Amino acid sequence: MAAVATCGAGAGGTESMAAATSKSNVTSFQRRGPRARGTDSGGPRLVSIAGTRPSVRNGQLLVSTGLPALDQLLGGGLAVGTVLLVEEDKYSIYSPLLFKYFLAEGIINGHTLLVASAKEDPADILQELPAPLLDDSCKKEFDEDVCNKKPESDIKMKIAWRYQLSPKMEVGPVTSSRFGHYYDVSKRIPRELIETSKWHGFFLPEKMSSADKVECCSLTPGYMKLLHFIQNIIYEEGFDGSNPQKKQRNILRIGIQSLGLPLWGDDVCCSENCDSSHSLSKFLYILRGLLRTSLSACIITMPTHLIQNKAIIARVTNLSDTVVALESFVGSERETNPLYKDYHGLIHIRQIPRLNNLICDESDVKDLAFKLKRKLFTIEAEWTVRERDREKGLSFVVGSPSNDRHGRCTTLI
Amino acid sequence: MKGMHLPDIRMLLQGASPRSSEMFPELNNLLNTTPDKAEQGKLTLLCDARTDGSFLVHHFLSFYLKANCKVCFVALLQSFSHYNIVAQKLGVSLAAARERGQLVFLEGLKSSVDVFFQAQEDPHPLQFLREASAGNLQPLYEFVREALTPADNGAAAWRCPVLLVDDLSVLLSLGMGAVAVLDFVHYCRATVCCELKGNMVALVHDSGDAEDEENNTLLIGLSHQSHLILRTEGLATGFCKDVHGQLRILWRRPSQSTARRDRSLTFQYKIQDKNVSFFARGMSPAIL
Repeated sequence: MAAVATCGAGAGGTESMAAATSKSNVTSFQRRGPRARGTDSGGPRLVSIAGTRPSVRNGQLLVSTGLPALDQLLGGGLAVGTVLLVEEDKYSIYSPLLFKYFLAEGIINGHTLLVASAKEDPADILQELPAPLLDDSCKKEFDEDVCNKKPESDIKMKIAWRYQLSPKMEVGPVTSSRFGHYYDVSKRIPRELIETSKWHGFFLPEKMSSADKVECCSLTPGYMKLLHFIQNIIYEEGFDGSNPQKKQRNILRIGIQSLGLPLWGDDVCCSENCDSSHSLSKFLYILRGLLRTSLSACIITMPTHLIQNKAIIARVTNLSDTVVALESFVGSERETNPLYKDYHGLIHIRQIPRLNNLICDESDVKDLAFKLKRKLFTIEAEWTVRERDREKGLSFVVGSPSNDRHGRCTTLI
Repeated sequence: MKGMHLPDIRMLLQGASPRSSEMFPELNNLLNTTPDKAEQGKLTLLCDARTDGSFLVHHFLSFYLKANCKVCFVALLQSFSHYNIVAQKLGVSLAAARERGQLVFLEGLKSSVDVFFQAQEDPHPLQFLREASAGNLQPLYEFVREALTPADNGAAAWRCPVLLVDDLSVLLSLGMGAVAVLDFVHYCRATVCCELKGNMVALVHDSGDAEDEENNTLLIGLSHQSHLILRTEGLATGFCKDVHGQLRILWRRPSQSTARRDRSLTFQYKIQDKNVSFFARGMSPAIL
């Protein structure tokens, strides 16, 4: 499914892929074990891989996370060779959705999948992926919403005038886009799509039962096995270009579910002073090393609300590239707050990497809320909440500023 | 004279040209240095809290390469191509510097994969990744020493050796204790700063309220040894599009007991595509 097209070569340093074609038109990597991004050999020609596009800012190759709204917040998509860390919400209700969107996007684009989990069989995870929305049906879905929101959008905002000019977060479906698709969470993905796709599963209980000799290292055995498994797939299938028999022009999408749970053999969620406190961060470092030297992108969901040692969360964040945190309102005081009654939770973009650049594409809007509608998962800027409640005569003062928000003190009547 | 910020006045006084295309000319003015008259024997500590201070690493890398120094860069956080592409925006080519022997680059991410999955015959600088219990950073120190000790032919090709580390907090995440990292810094300082009369620059993250004791130990220990501390902080009020953070510069004299206060300056900054602009607090051009 890889479409082969050549794009014009820019200045040597800013091209995104080292999948260079040599002058005699034979596609091969130019040297053993190349870096997957950036190149210092002159004038490579880009080979276009399905489901990817170069970033506008720095030519970095991007893949879609499966949620076009999230892609926009992350500056266009997830860069190939990086890790997306999703901090799970409290009861792990919504983070599996992001996980599944990522994998479903891989299947639609024909990417190879690697699914790792300690609690669920990867085959079961794949059965539950959402079905892709065809263009006309999802257009109908969005039209419903537009009709419902029309009255509000015409009202002029008297006090929060500054926000009137800022862009709305929701992205309508582009009918002919090959980057980013919409999914219907109420339907399962057709079996044929899974059967024709290429995927590898890592289910920890199965792998741990085999008695391989694992070299003693400060990593827990579960993490060791997973790293070896990933490295094996990358090498065997040629995603890092070092295997001369395999010429791979596809992306490997790695999904690791609920990393850090005690099921992995790690006690980082159990106690504050854990014995294997460096196991998780070491795993992430080496994983990132593997990703940087191969054509792959990885999503990891982690139950950070269970990790009691805040230092470990800070270290894990520093060792990841993109970090997104979900905060659901279930069971919290915000569930009954009229401010948030239309929404299911907040989504925080904690970190966006600055790759090949001094700056990154940070979105100006920091207050984002998500909502799981009947079929779609949408992300909206939080101020729209206030606007809707304004006409109902509620009065409130917005809360105190926190580190990842604008400081606000508007009073709306 | 509205709009005349402090950096502009200093530029006038020193008569320096503000249009140089390398590194961050405004930062050079704030630090009162140019590549021609870089000091020697100094330890500079870069510290970031609630923000990303990596632009300082890029600045010092291109600064010392322009100053014709031999640089050993222990790059643990990002890949070579990342630093190379940013350095090209600042007017320096890392690939060319590596070719001519001016730059010794240890790419942590790539080397860690090599050392982790295959047993190496010779001790590798990142050998500690294979060890079960917390070891020490001696192989890494040996690597640095070998990289920066000038060759025996006596001809000094480069000005002075410089060790640049991005960043030391990663070593803590990989299982090293704060004491092991401080030992490593101590050995490097003894060799690079005192014996070889070079400089050392290291970045450490300040985890703030994350209660990372090891990191705090490392940070405090290094603060006492440093001659220059550049501390970037995110704004206390949160994200702002026009002011990305605040930079505090502290000049110290670690060898003398300081009865008098060390000199310090505070500026706010905004990072752009190829440059960082600095201005006095509250004097951002977007606000004035």
